[in-house]
Amino acid sequence: MFAYLVRRLFLMLVTLFGISVVIFFLLRIVPGNIVDILFAAAGYVDPADKANLEKELGIDRPLVVQYWHWISGFLRGDFGYSYVSEKPALQEILPRIPITARLAGLALLFSASIGIPLGVISAVKQGTRLDYALRVVSLSGLSLPSFWLGLLILTASVAMFNQMPIFNPNPATWLEAFATYAVPAAAVGFRSAALTMRITRSSMLEVLRQDYIRTARAKGASDAAVNYKHALKNAILPVITVIGIEAAFLIGGLIVTETVFNIPGVARFLVEAIRWRDYPIVQNLVMLIAVVVVSANFIVDMLYAVFDPRIRYTD
Amino acid sequence: MRSVWALAAIAALSVLTASTTTLAGEPKQGGILRMYHRDSPGNASIHEGATYSLNVPFMPVFNNLVIYKQDEAQNRMDNIIPELAESWAWVNDNKTLAFKLRQGVKWHDGKPFTAADVKCTFDMLMGKAPQKFRQNPRKSWYEQVNDISTNGDLEVSFNLKRPQPSLLALLASGYTPVYPCHVSPGDMRTHPIGTGPFKFVEFKANESIKLTRNPDYWRKGRPYLDGIEFTIIPNRSTAILAFVAGKFDMAFPTEVSIPLLKDVKSQAPNAVCVVEPNNVATNIIVNSSAPPFDNIDIRRAMALSLDRKAFISIMFEGQGDVGGTMLPPPNGLWGMPKEMLETIPGYGPDINANRDEARKLMQKAGYGPDKHLAVKVSTRNIPVYRDPAVILIDQLKSIYIDGELDVVETANWFPKIARKDYMLGLNLTGNAVDDPDQSFYENYSCGSERNYTNYCNKEIEKLFDVQSQETDVAKRRKMVWDIDKKLQEDVARPIIFHARTGSCWQPYVKGVTVMSNSSYNGYRYEDVWMDK
Repeated sequence: MFAYLVRRLFLMLVTLFGISVVIFFLLRIVPGNIVDILFAAAGYVDPADKANLEKELGIDRPLVVQYWHWISGFLRGDFGYSYVSEKPALQEILPRIPITARLAGLALLFSASIGIPLGVISAVKQGTRLDYALRVVSLSGLSLPSFWLGLLILTASVAMFNQMPIFNPNPATWLEAFATYAVPAAAVGFRSAALTMRITRSSMLEVLRQDYIRTARAKGASDAAVNYKHALKNAILPVITVIGIEAAFLIGGLIVTETVFNIPGVARFLVEAIRWRDYPIVQNLVMLIAVVVVSANFIVDMLYAVFDPRIRYTD
Repeated sequence: MRSVWALAAIAALSVLTASTTTLAGEPKQGGILRMYHRDSPGNASIHEGATYSLNVPFMPVFNNLVIYKQDEAQNRMDNIIPELAESWAWVNDNKTLAFKLRQGVKWHDGKPFTAADVKCTFDMLMGKAPQKFRQNPRKSWYEQVNDISTNGDLEVSFNLKRPQPSLLALLASGYTPVYPCHVSPGDMRTHPIGTGPFKFVEFKANESIKLTRNPDYWRKGRPYLDGIEFTIIPNRSTAILAFVAGKFDMAFPTEVSIPLLKDVKSQAPNAVCVVEPNNVATNIIVNSSAPPFDNIDIRRAMALSLDRKAFISIMFEGQGDVGGTMLPPPNGLWGMPKEMLETIPGYGPDINANRDEARKLMQKAGYGPDKHLAVKVSTRNIPVYRDPAVILIDQLKSIYIDGELDVVETANWFPKIARKDYMLGLNLTGNAVDDPDQSFYENYSCGSERNYTNYCNKEIEKLFDVQSQETDVAKRRKMVWDIDKKLQEDVARPIIFHARTGSCWQPYVKGVTVMSNSSYNGYRYEDVWMDK
């Protein structure tokens, strides 16, 4: 187990190094840089001014030098300065992370708390009107893009209540804080809930056909005990795996949701930074996300080994 | 058609409501004006930018030497009033513009404003100061200025190479604030210091911009508002919905499109909305340095194929203006009269006749029903660019030209145009000041950085200078009409239409005036107040 741990840690570092190289060079392959965009905003291009600015920002230097400058700074915790705001990149990134983390957490909670129970009900009531209705709901969840759903929610709330859930950076009460995140989390979590529901349903249906379920029923166990104690417990593993994968995919949905609900989170900020070719922001932010995802994968793998007695890692 | 009339009635009613409500009641002090902002500006330095995403939020921080009256919709030479200057005079055979400055004005950090600050600012704009702007998009405005001289702290003179009456108009633009000498250009990008009615508090990229009342403002009793807060909402649907729901006191100026205006008025009937031209011309840039558009016949055929009214009808439900380079009257001061405009090839009312002529020119150039000319129409990936480009492609079909849309990301647009890597481009040109000197020199003079097509006609260049020195406005106007006509006949940068856009605010917001011949000069906000 110890050797496995060391090997995984080493692979993790190699992965992160690979990611850093890919991010850095992919960003440079994209046509146009911050200087082009600044001049586009100014409506003219002056070659001398452009060259001066490229020199000032250090993007005229050889790519390898630029890469080393960035990665050595990243390892020291020096994230450089945003090209656009001219403020320290870390100062720009850090306050936005908790906003997106809260939104993502609430969306996952929404996904699990809606998706799992409805998936179980749908499986247990297979072939009934309720099952068909729930399947329509889950299908719509997978079909509706989150930006459309978000706009639908906003339009409906304005049309029906003349209210607009605009992000409140300083909520006075717990209720206000919840209101700030709940609606956008529901919009982004709906797709995830629909997927969770479908996976739960199919996983449950498979388990419900197993012999040990029949045995439990034969022994006189109640429906609730069979469905929730025996079946769900065994059907939940693929569901958890899917929720884990969804967590990684959530960033895509969050970009759109943060834009539609105008939430100043890290996902929208990343897209804006890409639009401006704000290399220090994009590189560092993607690296931070990569560190989180790779570390989470590592921890999950370790937890699998700890909690599932059937899984044993050996050298 | 009914909808056009209904919209016109709504707009007329809105203007009426705006003017009557603005007059009603004594101004009240206090309140934070909440406004959404359409986009995060790159920085806070007006001199380094060329978009009103930048000067709408930061113009209230500054003062100019002179400014267009903020409560009159039309920018004119006769409604320019003093700001940091108390008075001005043309002397030395109209080759010196001398200003007497206001006494006792302080920068927001408490330091005194002096003539040295004016000299510093314009030396930097002319590229003569040790400190440089990162970008200097309006350097060409000061090409006739030899130098700036000061006499003590309260007198400053602009010494010109030759008379240029329009210099005063350029100095009155929202793009011409006076900067302090003691703050570096870098700091002005992140934390601007001005003398204006509002002090800069905070700019969070993609999030918000906050300004607060300047309690030491030299104009006593102003501003009325305690502050202005801009919430940056790039998604237009979200922003409009938030305005409708009352989350904002004002929509971002000139950002409500004509189709959206109907939605706003139906969902928020009390909102005050005005529709004005914004002096942004949608035009075609032609790469005349390479085939096929190096052939003047093909360029002329293209100009003849345009059905300008169709563009306006499709995109703006009929609310737009047909004109040449200069914004057409009545809002524009220098645009050609309709009768003169219609004598220019392609502007005549008989579209079929124009296109017959265009087809003949195309056949002369070797194209016809059996041999179409394939072209790429490049444009930026933004709806206001993309939509007219699609209509243009459709119209070009009528003269044997098969257009293909080439959508270009903003970052690549200017480099692509600069290296002449395009055939036809659909472009938008915003004019900061409704004055021929700004438009002609910036967009059509040989070697100008914003002359994207490299159009260069020495004869017309001479005429630019002649009109620029003319002090008799009526005479100058006729010269300008002739120049504009020639520019259109030369297919220098065919103008398709001049857009109009809507601005909306809640009924309790008073003292707002939307400029009718500029999008850049009316955002001082010191006379705005809220009746609540």
